[in-house]
Amino acid sequence: MIDPKVLSDHNLTAEEYEKITALIGREPNLTELGIFSLMWSEHCSYKSSKAFLSRLPTSGKRVIQGPGENAGIIDIGDGQAVVFKIESHNHPSLIEPFQGAATGVGGILRDIFTMGARPIALLDSLRFGPLESPKNRAIMDGVVAGISSYGNSIGVPTVGGEVYFHEVYSRNPLVNVFCLGLVEKTKIFFARAEGPGNPVLYVGSKTGRDGIHGATMASAEFGQETEHKRPNVQVGDPFKEKLLLEACLEVMEKGLIVGIQDMGAAGLTCSTTEMPAKSGTGISINLDLVPQREDGMTPYEIMLSESQERMLIVAGKENVAEVRKIFAKWDLDAVPIGEVTARKNLKVSFRGETVIDVPVDAVVNLCPVYRRPARKPASLRSAQTLTLPSPPKDLSSVVLKLAASPTIADKEWVFRQYDHMVQTNTVLLPGADAAVLRIKGRKKGLAVTLDGNALYCSLDPRTGGAIAVAEACRNLACVGAVPLGVTNCLNFGNPEKPEVMWQFKEVIEGLAEACRTFEIPVTGGNVSFYNDTEGLSIHPTPVLGVVGLIDDLAKLVGPGFREEGAVVVLFGETIEELGGSEYLRAVHGLEKGRPPGIDLKKERAVQDLCREAIREGLLRSAHDLSEGGLAVCAAECCLFGSSGTGCVLDFDDEMRPDAWLFSETQSRILVSVAGRDLPRLKELAEERNTPVKTVGRTGGTELIIRQNEREIVRLPVETLHEAWKKAIPRAFSV
Amino acid sequence: MKFGVVVFPGSNCDHDTYYVLKDVLGQETVLLWHKDHELKGVDCVVLPGGFSYGDYLRSGAIARFSPLMREVREHAERGGLVLGICNGFQVLLELGLLPGAMLRNKNLKFLCQFVHLRVDNPATPFTRLARRGQVLRIPIAHFDGNYFAPPESLAELEEQDQIVLRYADENGELTGETNVNGSTAAVAGLISRRGNVMGMMPHPERASESALGSGDGRLIFESLIRS
Repeated sequence: MIDPKVLSDHNLTAEEYEKITALIGREPNLTELGIFSLMWSEHCSYKSSKAFLSRLPTSGKRVIQGPGENAGIIDIGDGQAVVFKIESHNHPSLIEPFQGAATGVGGILRDIFTMGARPIALLDSLRFGPLESPKNRAIMDGVVAGISSYGNSIGVPTVGGEVYFHEVYSRNPLVNVFCLGLVEKTKIFFARAEGPGNPVLYVGSKTGRDGIHGATMASAEFGQETEHKRPNVQVGDPFKEKLLLEACLEVMEKGLIVGIQDMGAAGLTCSTTEMPAKSGTGISINLDLVPQREDGMTPYEIMLSESQERMLIVAGKENVAEVRKIFAKWDLDAVPIGEVTARKNLKVSFRGETVIDVPVDAVVNLCPVYRRPARKPASLRSAQTLTLPSPPKDLSSVVLKLAASPTIADKEWVFRQYDHMVQTNTVLLPGADAAVLRIKGRKKGLAVTLDGNALYCSLDPRTGGAIAVAEACRNLACVGAVPLGVTNCLNFGNPEKPEVMWQFKEVIEGLAEACRTFEIPVTGGNVSFYNDTEGLSIHPTPVLGVVGLIDDLAKLVGPGFREEGAVVVLFGETIEELGGSEYLRAVHGLEKGRPPGIDLKKERAVQDLCREAIREGLLRSAHDLSEGGLAVCAAECCLFGSSGTGCVLDFDDEMRPDAWLFSETQSRILVSVAGRDLPRLKELAEERNTPVKTVGRTGGTELIIRQNEREIVRLPVETLHEAWKKAIPRAFSV
Repeated sequence: MKFGVVVFPGSNCDHDTYYVLKDVLGQETVLLWHKDHELKGVDCVVLPGGFSYGDYLRSGAIARFSPLMREVREHAERGGLVLGICNGFQVLLELGLLPGAMLRNKNLKFLCQFVHLRVDNPATPFTRLARRGQVLRIPIAHFDGNYFAPPESLAELEEQDQIVLRYADENGELTGETNVNGSTAAVAGLISRRGNVMGMMPHPERASESALGSGDGRLIFESLIRS
C-alpha cells in the first residue's frame, strides 16, 4: 500500500520511511504515515535548520521561556512578562493572499494567548514584487486586506512593521507576522499533557477538510501551477477566534486547566503528540467525538485538517464541567475526546477500531536531523565587485526619487487599513523607528520593531545577519528602549541547494554574534525554507522581531523634528559605503558591492549613548540611519515632524557627495537637541568614546544640505512630502 | 452618572471605553452582558465599538437581536441616555433608534486615522461642553462608516438639528477630502429626535488621554457626566 508514489506525495524519502518502520517496529498504515509526514516536514521538524539554530544564544536572566514552546517569554518586572513570537505565512499568501495572510495573523495570536497572555500588538514584515506588476499589486492588496480583516476584527492593534519591494518576491511574497502579549507571571500556561487520566478537551471551531497538508505544502518548492493548491489554504474566522481568546483566557485566569496548545499547522496531530512528548506521557483519543462540520471525514482527514480557531486542552477531571460552562457562555464547543495516558503513545480510535498507535517521542523528537551540504555561491565574488558610477549632477532629484521609492515611501496606505489604536495603548503611531505601547497603570512602556535587510544578506549573509540585529536594536535605542529579547523569522530558498544552505549558515553566524554582543537572547522563531518558485530562490531574508523596555514613557521622543532652531547632531562616523545601498539599487539599477561593515562594539556604544541621552531628557528627536543614508534620514526627520520644519545641514569633507548623502554606514543616529543641552550631550558622548558631530540646525521649510559650503541638496519639505506620501497610493491608482 | 458598557460577542472596544469611564474619569461603570436582561440601574448605556458577531452580515444586524437590546430600547424610550460608538452606532441604526444606514467607506478600505469633527449642535447631553463650530480631533476606525440617508430624511435631520458632528478640516471647513468615508452630509455623529440617543463613528475613548495624542474625546464623556 505504501509505494514510492505515496511516499513522494507525502514528501518523505525512502530513508525516512525506513526509519519510521524501524521506530514503530512495523509498516505504518496510511493515517500513521500522514502523521509522520506532517510532523517530519521541514515546517514542523526543523530538520535542516536544527543543527545550525543551536548556535543562537537563548538564555539570559530575564528569560522565562526560550525556544521550544508556542512562544518565548521574557520577564519585564513588576510581576509581569511579555510573550512574543514571529511566524511566516509565505506560501499560503502566494496562493490566496487574503486568507493566507489572515490565517497567519490568527495562528500567531493563538500562539500567544495559548500561553495565558492577552495579545496587545501585532506587527508584520511584508515583502512583495515591484508594484508595476498588476499581479504584485493584487497580492499586496489581498495580504494587507487579510491582515486588516483579522486583526481589526479580533481587536488587537497592528502597530507597525515593514514593507519592502524587490523583484525576487514577485513569485514569492513574504508575510511574516509578529505578535506580542502581556501576562501576569503567575498565570503562564504551557503545552503540557500532565497527569495520566486527565481528560483531553477539544475546544473551538469544528473540524473540516480545509488545510489538509498545509505544513507539507509549506515544505516544498512551487512550480507554475499554484492555483490547485488553494484548497490547502485555510479560511480564517476572526470572530470565532475572539470568542476562543476570551474563553481560553477566562479558564486560565480561573486556573481550571493543566495545559493547552493551539491547533495550527498540523492541527490535531501536532497537539496530540507534542503535548504528551513534553510531559513524558501519551494521549488516547476517540475521533468519533471530534466536532466535525463535514460528513464522512476519514481519520486521515480529521487528524491532518488545519481548520482554524481550535485548541486542545488538558484539564483536571474535577474542572471539566466548569471549563465547559465557560466555553458554552462564549457559544463554543468544549468536548472531552480522550485522556492523558501513562503509556507514551498516541492512540487514536475511530468507529471502534484503533487507527493510530505510535510512540509520541518517535513522531516529535526522532525525525532525522540533516546537515545538508553548504557551498558559497560562485556568483558572489562578481556580485561583491563594485565599480561606482559617477555621481549624478542633480542630487536633489535623487533625494526626491529615493523618497518616492516604494521601500522608503510613506506606508500610510498600508497602516491606515489596520486598526492600530484599539486597546488604547499605542503611544507612537506606525511609521516611527519602533512601535511603542504603554502598559496601563505603569510608568514604563514596551517598544517593538521588525527588521532585516535582505539585499545586504544576499551580498554578504554573515554581515547582513549581524546588521539585522544591530539595526533592530538601534531602532529601539531611538525610542529609548533597552532590547530584552529576539524572535526571528528566517526566510530562505530550498535548503537542498548547497548555496542556500551556505547563506543560512552564514546568516545564523551573523545573528548569533550580534545577539551575543547585545546580550539579547533568542526566545524562538520560525524557519521558512523552500521560498522558491520555478527554481528561483528569494534573497536570504532574516526578519528580526526585537522587544524592548522603556523605563519612563514621559521621556519618549519620536523621529520627527519638533521645532525650529534645534541643533542637529549626528552620532557615529560616515564612510564611503555604497555597496548594497538603496541609492545604487533605485537610482543606478545596481545591486552590487559589499554591504556596509559593522563593528558591534561601536554600535553598542552609539545605542547606549542615545538611550542615556533620552533618559536624561536631552533629545528632541532621534532617528536611525538606514536605507538611503543620511539624506533620506534627514528628509524623514522633516517629514515625520508635525510642523513641516526643514533643516540646514553642513559638512566639511572631501568624500564624493553621493557617498556623503547615501552611504549606508551603520551605527549612526541623527538627533535634534536644544542648544543648551549640547554640552551635556557631548560629555556623554566622550564618556562613551563615541563620535558625535554637530551638523546643522532645524528651521525653514526646506531640506538644505551643503558640503564644504557648496549646496548639494535643496528641496521644499512640501515637495518631499508630496513624493513620499503619494508614491504607494499612486502605484495602486493606475 | 452611572455608565453601563454592553459586551456583545465580538465587541473589542468594551474594555477601552470602560477604562476611560472608570479609571480616567472616575465614574461608576459596569459591564453589561448581552445575554442578560438587566441594566443594573445605569443612567447611560454605551454600545461600544468592535465587530459584534463578526459583522459577517450587515454591521450590527445580529447584535440588535441580543436579549439585552429589549431593555436598551425600553431605556431609550423612557428618555434614558444611550451612546453608540462605531459598531454601537451601527447597532443603533439596526435597532431603528436612529434613522439611516451605513455603507462601505467610499474607498472600499478600512480606515484608521485621526479626523477632525465639527460640533454642529452643542445643545445635547453629549456635547453640552462644546461651542458651536468647535473642532475636535478624534480617530476613526471602521470599514462601514459611510452614513446614508435619503434626501427627504436628510432634510428632516437638518431641520431638527440632529446632525451633531461632521467630518471637517482642522478649521471646521467641510471639504470633499475631509469627508473621508463619503458620508451623506459628512455625518459623523447623529442624535435622536428626542435628544437622548446618539451614535458616532469616531472613537472618543481613543482620544481621552494626552498620552494617546488627543484629549478631545473627553468632551463627549464629560458632557454626559454634567447631564
